[in-house]
Amino acid sequence: MNQVIQVKDLSKHFGDLKAVSNLSFTVGEGQVYGFLGQNGAGKSTTIRMLMTLIEPTEGEIEIFGMNLRKHRKEILRQTGAIIEKPDLYKYLTARENLRIFSRLSGVKSTDKQIMDQLALVGLAERAGSKVKTYSQGMKQRLGLACALIHNPGLIILDEPSNGLDPQGIADMRQLLIHLSRDLGKTLVVSSHLLSEMEMVADNMLIIHKGEKVVEGKVSELLDPEKTVVELITPDIAVAICILKDSSWQHALKEPVKGTIRLECNRNEIPTLNKLLVEKGIPVQSLRPLNSLEDYFLSLTKV
Amino acid sequence: MFTELLKIELYKIFKRPRTFIAFGAIAVIILLVQFALKVNGKDFVQFYTDSQADTFDIPYEKILNGYFVCVAVLHMILIHVPLLVALIAGDMISGEANLGTLRLLAGKPVTRTQLIMAKFWASTVYVILLLACMALFALLGSILIFGTEDLVVFKETDMHIMKSGDVIWRFFAAFIFAALALTTIAAMALMFSVFSENSLGPIVATVCVVIVFTIVQQLRVPVFEETINPWSFTTHMLGWKGFFYVDKNVEGATVSGSVENPMALVRSGLILLGYIVLFLAISIRGFNKKDILS
Amino acid sequence: MKQRFFLLLSACLITVLAPAQTAKELLQKVKTKYDQVNDYTATGKMKTNVIFIKAPVASIKVYYKKPDKLKIKNESGVSFIPKGSANVNINNVLGLSNFEAVESGTEKIAGITCKVIKIFPLSDEENITRATLYIDEARLLMIKSVISTRENGTYELLMTYKKYAEWGLPDNVELSFNTREYKLPKGVTIDYDNGTGKTPARDAKNQKGKVEIAYASYEINKGVSDTVFN
Repeated sequence: MNQVIQVKDLSKHFGDLKAVSNLSFTVGEGQVYGFLGQNGAGKSTTIRMLMTLIEPTEGEIEIFGMNLRKHRKEILRQTGAIIEKPDLYKYLTARENLRIFSRLSGVKSTDKQIMDQLALVGLAERAGSKVKTYSQGMKQRLGLACALIHNPGLIILDEPSNGLDPQGIADMRQLLIHLSRDLGKTLVVSSHLLSEMEMVADNMLIIHKGEKVVEGKVSELLDPEKTVVELITPDIAVAICILKDSSWQHALKEPVKGTIRLECNRNEIPTLNKLLVEKGIPVQSLRPLNSLEDYFLSLTKV
Repeated sequence: MFTELLKIELYKIFKRPRTFIAFGAIAVIILLVQFALKVNGKDFVQFYTDSQADTFDIPYEKILNGYFVCVAVLHMILIHVPLLVALIAGDMISGEANLGTLRLLAGKPVTRTQLIMAKFWASTVYVILLLACMALFALLGSILIFGTEDLVVFKETDMHIMKSGDVIWRFFAAFIFAALALTTIAAMALMFSVFSENSLGPIVATVCVVIVFTIVQQLRVPVFEETINPWSFTTHMLGWKGFFYVDKNVEGATVSGSVENPMALVRSGLILLGYIVLFLAISIRGFNKKDILS
Repeated sequence: MKQRFFLLLSACLITVLAPAQTAKELLQKVKTKYDQVNDYTATGKMKTNVIFIKAPVASIKVYYKKPDKLKIKNESGVSFIPKGSANVNINNVLGLSNFEAVESGTEKIAGITCKVIKIFPLSDEENITRATLYIDEARLLMIKSVISTRENGTYELLMTYKKYAEWGLPDNVELSFNTREYKLPKGVTIDYDNGTGKTPARDAKNQKGKVEIAYASYEINKGVSDTVFN
C-alpha cells in the first residue's frame, strides 16, 4: 500500500512547552486514520504542522511522497482540511464561500459543481444564505464542503462531527466511509467520539502529552483473540515475578501507570485469576480492555 | 494565481458593509464642507486674508471658487482619511485571524508572501478608489457648485496664486501623491495586522503612530526638526500640498506649470516608497515566520 | 534809504513768492494737460512683486472717470490689487483744492530731469497728507510721485510715457507700497515642508510691495459706465 503521509520524529516546542515530541506515524492510501488524544494532547498542533500553519521545530513530513517544505503547493492542492471548528466568511453566503475556497485551491468550480457539493452535505437549500445565519452543525457541513470542493486526495478532519445531531453524526459517518471506501480518499480524522472512530477508522494513533502512545490497526488493537487485560494489584512487583515464572510470561506487556497488562484470549481470564489467587496476589481489578474508549482511557488517564 | 488572489481579496473587501461606510463618510463630510463654505465662505476666506484687508482689495467671491474649496476639503479630509485606510488595511490579517479564516487561507496552495502581497495590493486599490471618490465629490462637486477661477493657496507665510488653466494637472498630481501617502499608511496598518490577533489593535496603533508623528512635526522643536522630521513619513505625506506651491521668477511673477520645490517632492515620494518597502518586508517576514494558532 | 529798503524787500518777496507761484502754475499746466482725459478704459498686464504673494502676470483692465474714479480689475482671474492703486489717478493729487506747493529743486528720474514739487494739503479732511511730485517740465508729465495717505500708508508711483504721452497717460506704472506682515497660525495651514528646508527669515518690519502695470492700449473719452466702479 502506498504511504500518503510519513511523519518522522516530528516535534514542536513553544518555548519550554513541548507540544509535540518525536512523533512518527504513517498513513496509507485510502485509509481512514484515527487521530485520538485528550484536549491539549497535540492533535491540533500536529494537524497544523501537516497543513503548514505551524513550522515544526524538528522532524520531517512527507505527503504523497514529497517533502512538505519543498513541495508545499503541490501537496496542498491535493489536500483538504477542517482545522478545529470551521470558521468561514460570515458575511458571505455558502455559495460565495465555496467559490472562494475552490479558487484558492487552484480550481475554478462551476456553479453546478458548487451546488452539487452543497447538496452532498445537505446545504443546497441554504446556498444563498449568509453563513452568519447558520447553526454550528450547518457550519460544520459547509466546512466539510469547502474541504472537498477541489476533490483532494487527502482529507484531514479535526472533529468533523462537532455540533451535529445524531442523524448528522450518522450521515457524517456514512460520508467518511463513502469517501474512503468508494472514492479511495485518504482521511485523517481526529475525534472525541470514540464509538464513531471505532466504526470508521482503519488505523489509529493515540497521542498523549505530545507523544505517541500507540499506533496500529483498530481491528488488531481491539481483537477478542488478543484482548488486553488490565490487572490492578497492590503487589505489582511480586505479581510480575510470578507471572514471569509461569506460562503467562509471553502474555506480559509493558506495565502502564501502575497496572499490569497482559494480552490473551478473553476466555483465559478466569485461569489467570485462579493463578493469582493461588499465589496469594491480592487482585483489586482484573478486566478486559475491549472497547476503544476503555483502551483510550487506560492509556491516557492521568 | 496572484491575480486570482487579488480578485478574491477585493471581493471580500467590497462585500463588507463597513467598506462603504468609508465612502459614505467621505461623501457626507465633503458635502457638509461644501455647504458650509457656500453659506459662510467669505468669513472663511477673511480668516486667511484679514491681515491684508487694509493693504489690498480682496476678491472674496473669486477666491471662493471650486478649486479653492477642493483644496480646503482635501486639507481637512486627508488628515482623517488615514483612519479610514487603517480600518480596512489593519483588518487584513488580524481580521482573518479573528474570524478564524486565516488558518483556512494559510492552508491553501498559495505562499504567504503571495497572500501578503495580494492583501497589500487590495488595500492599495481600495485607497485609489477612496481617492477617486474624493476627487469626484471634492473636485468635480466643488467645480459644479462654486465654478472655476484662479486658485489661491494660503501658506503660513505666503500665498500662491495659480491661473485656472494651470490647476487641474496639479490636482491629478496631488491625488497621485496622496495615493502614495495613504498606501504608506495601508502598508503600516497591514504590518501591525500581521502581529495581532484582533483588528482593533492594528487600527489603533496605526492611528496613534500617525497622530504622534504629526504632533512631533507640528511642535517645531529644533531637536525634532533636525532628527525626526526629515525622515518621518507624516512629514512627507503632506507632499500633495507641494503641487500647489508655485515657483516664481526673479521679477516675482509665478511660472505656469512650475512647482516651488520639485526635488523636495521627489525626495518625499522616494521616502514614502521606502517606507512602503520596509513595512512590506517586515510584514512578509513576520507572516512567513508566524505560527498560525488562531 | 526807504527806497533801498523797499527794493530789497521786493527782491526778497520775488525770491520767495515767485517760485511758489511757479510750482502751482506748473501743476495747473500739468492738470490742464491731464484734464483732456474725461475717461478711459485701458488694458494691460499687471505684475505683483510682494514678498508673500506669488501671483501670475494678470491681464487687467483699468477704468477711469474724471475726476476721481479709478478701478483696476482682473476680469479673468484673481489678483490682490493694492488699495493705493487709486493713486494711479493723478487727479487725486492735482485735484486738491486747498494746498500749498513748494518747489524743491530738480532731480533726475529715469534719466529725465524733473522738477520736484512738494504738496501739503491744508485741509485735515483730505486723505492725502503729503505728496512729492517729480514733473518733466518740458513735457508736462508726472514721472514720479510719492504720496502719503491717512488710511493706506505711503505709495510711490513711477511712470513711463510713450504712445499716450500727449494725453498724459503712462505706458508703464510702478506702484510701490508698504505691506503688513502676513503670517497664519502653523496649526491652521499645516504646510508641506519636506523637513530639509527652513523658512527663510523675513524682516517683518520692513516689507515693501510693488505692482507694475504695463498698459497695452487705452480707449480714451469713449465713455465709461459708473457701474464699473462698484
